[in-house]
Amino acid sequence: MNRLLSYEEKDTWLHHLSGITKLIFFIVWCFTSALTYDTRVLLVMIAISAALYVMSKTEWRQVSTVFKFVMFFMVVNLVAIFLFSPYQGTEIYGTKTVLAPLFPGHAITREELFYLFNVLIKYFTVVPSVFIFMVTTDPSEFAASMNHIGIPYTGAYSVSLALRYIPDVQADYHRIRNAQEARGIEMSSKAKLTDRIRRTSSIIFPLLFSAMEHIDVVSNAMELRGFGKKKRRTWYAYRKMKRADVAVLILTAVFSAAALVITFADGNRFWNPWV
Amino acid sequence: MKKKFGIREVVAIGIGTALFVVLTEVQIPLGFVPNTSLQPRMAVLAFLSAIFGPIVGAVIGILGHALGDALFYGSVWWSWVFPEAIVGAGIGAFAKKFAVREGGFGGKNIFLFNVVQVVANAVAWILAAPVLDIVVYAEPANKVFVQGAFAFLGNIIIVGILGSLLLAAYSRIAGQSSSLKKED
Repeated sequence: MNRLLSYEEKDTWLHHLSGITKLIFFIVWCFTSALTYDTRVLLVMIAISAALYVMSKTEWRQVSTVFKFVMFFMVVNLVAIFLFSPYQGTEIYGTKTVLAPLFPGHAITREELFYLFNVLIKYFTVVPSVFIFMVTTDPSEFAASMNHIGIPYTGAYSVSLALRYIPDVQADYHRIRNAQEARGIEMSSKAKLTDRIRRTSSIIFPLLFSAMEHIDVVSNAMELRGFGKKKRRTWYAYRKMKRADVAVLILTAVFSAAALVITFADGNRFWNPWV
Repeated sequence: MKKKFGIREVVAIGIGTALFVVLTEVQIPLGFVPNTSLQPRMAVLAFLSAIFGPIVGAVIGILGHALGDALFYGSVWWSWVFPEAIVGAGIGAFAKKFAVREGGFGGKNIFLFNVVQVVANAVAWILAAPVLDIVVYAEPANKVFVQGAFAFLGNIIIVGILGSLLLAAYSRIAGQSSSLKKED
């Protein structure tokens, strides 16, 4: 039933890294991958994330459902790009080599295929890093280390509460949906749009109002225990930054700087193999 | 109004984000347009922004969208994460005017809420998201503007209907100071 990615305790060096190290790596990685269209850089990034994925000892069952979703969305996105602008590749690489005329206005060109290939491998650079971040980061430890790099602990606590409550709210959601279905409200897609909205709202109403009650109860409890009175607090799950963390951060910075230098060396973010 | 950012806001961000993430799963396909659907989570974001204000709205938008994408789709489409904050902050900026908790959300405020949400959604999905798509991901311009336009349409429909209903209903419940009635 649980198709979400979630944390699992294991004994690898990636699990022992501080949560904030992994977050910084993840964000820098995402932005490097978003900015570069250099095929060589992207292929190296794929190799690195694949290696990290193997080292994290993540099992296929932990990520398989999500992975199938990713594949589906990727295919839809690629088809959409091709339908909307079949000559984006030509615009970027400046040449037009028709491989097969498909139908008027939509010939398959070598440049477009290469552009789509780049869009595709961009996904594959990011997906493993998301998996690694999600399955190796302990939410409590993550909140603690956020606080230690200077984010106010109220903010860190919000994030920790969010991660803590996702399974609860999800369980609530499934309970309410089952209850409504038992009352004969069908959720299939045959009905009219307005009916579908009404049916969905029969789940959202109780879910949202019980969440509002949760907010009241939890914030009262926290107030009673003096949350927010002092400037600092201590954390049970805090882990010190170790040498490995520093090493990872330095390597990340060096790698993404190098990647961007290589990418933009020829003046733009694309790498043209035909010049 | 007491302190601007109290315990209630901290908890609202936490549980609100959890709710937004879970509702990523709930999509109502539009049918006539492929690959677009109404997202009830947008109505929830509008609801929470209208009650807890702009900061809570913006943070739930960013955090919820990034986490929801990561957990359900395994990748984060950053150029669509930040516009979510515009919607949350835009609607939240009028939180005091709406007076939902005070039981004042009716007639005129429903109208105001819908004007605000249409403007906020327009800025977010017709302007910010496609522009970011082009700048950050170098996607084809006409594709992203079409996607943005459909996202805008879907969101104003779901926020307009479901969001208004949720707020009106909650305002009726929360506005009552007690369920007792005076006997004549």
